[in-house]
Amino acid sequence: MDLNQLLAIKEKELASRRPYTLRCCTAAGCLSAGGDQVKKRLEQAVAELGLSDQVEVRGVGCLRLCCQGPLVHVDPVNELYQKVAPETARQLLERIRGGTVSLETADLHHPFFTKQLSIVLANSGVVDPERIESYIAADGYRALHDALLEMEPRDVIQAIATSGLRGRGGAGFPTGLKWSTVAKSPGTRKYVVCNADEGDPGAFMDRSVLESDPHSVLEGMAIAAYAVGADQGYIYVRAEYPLAIRRLRLAIEQARRLGILGSGIFGSPLNFNVELRIGAGAFVCGEETALMASIEGRRGTPRPRPPFPAESGLWGCPTLINNVETFANVPAIIRNGAEWFASIGTEKSKGTKVFALAGKVKNTGLIEVPMGTTLRTIVEEMGGGAPGGARIKAVQTGGPSGGCVPAELMDVEVDYESLTRLGSIMGSGGMIVMDETTDMVDVARFFMEFCKDESCGKCIPCRAGTVQMHGLLTRILEGKGTTRDLALLEELCDMVKHTSLCGLGQTAPNPVLSTLRFFRQEYERRLKPDRPVHPVALAAGR
Amino acid sequence: MIVTLAKPKQKRVQEVLSRAAGDKRYKILDAHMKKHQHRQDALIEILHKGQELFGYLDDDLLLFVAQRLRLPPSRVYGVATFYHFFQLKPKGKHTCVVCMGTACYVKGADKILVALEGALGVKAGQTTPDGQVSVLTARCIGACGIAPAVVYDGTVAPRQTPEDVLATLQPWLSHGSESTVGD
Repeated sequence: MDLNQLLAIKEKELASRRPYTLRCCTAAGCLSAGGDQVKKRLEQAVAELGLSDQVEVRGVGCLRLCCQGPLVHVDPVNELYQKVAPETARQLLERIRGGTVSLETADLHHPFFTKQLSIVLANSGVVDPERIESYIAADGYRALHDALLEMEPRDVIQAIATSGLRGRGGAGFPTGLKWSTVAKSPGTRKYVVCNADEGDPGAFMDRSVLESDPHSVLEGMAIAAYAVGADQGYIYVRAEYPLAIRRLRLAIEQARRLGILGSGIFGSPLNFNVELRIGAGAFVCGEETALMASIEGRRGTPRPRPPFPAESGLWGCPTLINNVETFANVPAIIRNGAEWFASIGTEKSKGTKVFALAGKVKNTGLIEVPMGTTLRTIVEEMGGGAPGGARIKAVQTGGPSGGCVPAELMDVEVDYESLTRLGSIMGSGGMIVMDETTDMVDVARFFMEFCKDESCGKCIPCRAGTVQMHGLLTRILEGKGTTRDLALLEELCDMVKHTSLCGLGQTAPNPVLSTLRFFRQEYERRLKPDRPVHPVALAAGR
Repeated sequence: MIVTLAKPKQKRVQEVLSRAAGDKRYKILDAHMKKHQHRQDALIEILHKGQELFGYLDDDLLLFVAQRLRLPPSRVYGVATFYHFFQLKPKGKHTCVVCMGTACYVKGADKILVALEGALGVKAGQTTPDGQVSVLTARCIGACGIAPAVVYDGTVAPRQTPEDVLATLQPWLSHGSESTVGD
């Protein structure tokens, strides 16, 4: 494969385009609403009406507005049809022939669409995720080619560093710094790992990226491999995402067949292969050292750091671990330049962030906004507020490691630092809106139950602490708790936070702490009076 | 002492291997292990395949895998029990997975589960006594945009209510009682 061949594929693909394109969403949300049937019926109808040279029916990735699926976007009239049923799908062809349709359209001028800025999701909803040609037609793998043939590995790392890209898995570690650490670490064998173990309940950004544009992740990984000097990559993906697994497998096979993965990529000395590793339902495997243990076929328990994976990772070799969204940003940065990327976002958080907007909000779905967009813009303008005019109470970000931002503070700009200041975290991008009917103590208990079940059991603060905290929360929720229980809960939160081995335990108290900080009255309302302490016990310091 | 302990274990492995010899599914599993060159780090991949073939992982299968990959049975058992995805008991004929992710939870997944458990008389993670339906919960299936979601036999259904769930389950249940009558 060389540049001419790549361009030839692009030309051929563009030449095969028809005047009209019906883009049918085939990501998991729309599929479950019958999106595949809609696509099948449209294909049949096009064949029956002899419109094959006029109309292309293309299966594409996520078209964002998941709550109104199945979605079909009609080009070039630029209309997005929602809730298309297999029975009514045929009407869309009438639209193309100049007739009218009675199907619902989504308002593309709504802030839900206009406030989005797509970098990671640029191809999502446009390219066919099951055909590499479609990705190449959208300038796919051009960044890899240019990086391999026109840039030195250190230039690539410099570009990523200059861009200001930070880890999208949640912690926000500067990506350029991580890459340069791996590049500098001595070792003949190095690995690149993509963390696609999106375990946070309420988050589906990575799933959507993998289902909608798997090649962008592969391209990002290959560029990273070149930059750090790795020749083997792993994608660790959840077993709960069968469609993402299938599309990744297909993408890897197609890339290998074209020589975009394998040996001597684009005639350069880079050899790079990617293997899929399927998770088996353990939340803790999202933690990088646990993830590596799982790739090695062992129980997914974390280990103390240092040594960091960048120095000693998979099988003791230097290993670069980045999140799906981080890798998906890389080709765009190489293609458009680091300065372009750095011009988007806030001072310390550059670029965009993909959020999965869900919960008690009118427009649920996938959004990508520049860093620094306020929570209020996202929830009230884009999300359209709570359904039925209910009052929004809080927004939960960061899943079981994050916290709840109360409605009064929704003017906060979304970036890594601001959310941390409020006791929440950016997290991987799950954003759950809660209205006045949501009980915050119940939410705290929900997350604690999650952490209790998912604790791997290796370190005691997390293994025993989550059980105790869950017990205390249950007591308080059932109206059996006292102020002493609440004090004990707070003490335990502090202890578990500071003494746990890995991120799971260290962040497990966050949902409790943040709801205590902003909704303390909901806890206190439930407390019953303390039993008097016996004077002897009091004298003995309890 | 070591000899007497080791002998029954050896015998057990031999028994497993002889039982496996006549089972086509073990042949497929063996081929899958060969594809991974019997590498020990492929253990999780192989257990996935095993569960796909058998529906669940029983002791025979775990011992078989341990023997082939030259791993101690404790290690294989340890991995199989660590991950929630691996089932050590047979599942029902149908499965009904209620997503308990945050978005589904705040939209009433807990009520769906209560209704389901009430109607079937089993708790989450259990199978009805007639072996018809297994009720399971999922951490999050990533279908938050269409919450609350329930997965019936692998097909995701959007925006479920307790009534929807009971209606969907009805054919499975009546089928179950018919076959009991027929038996």
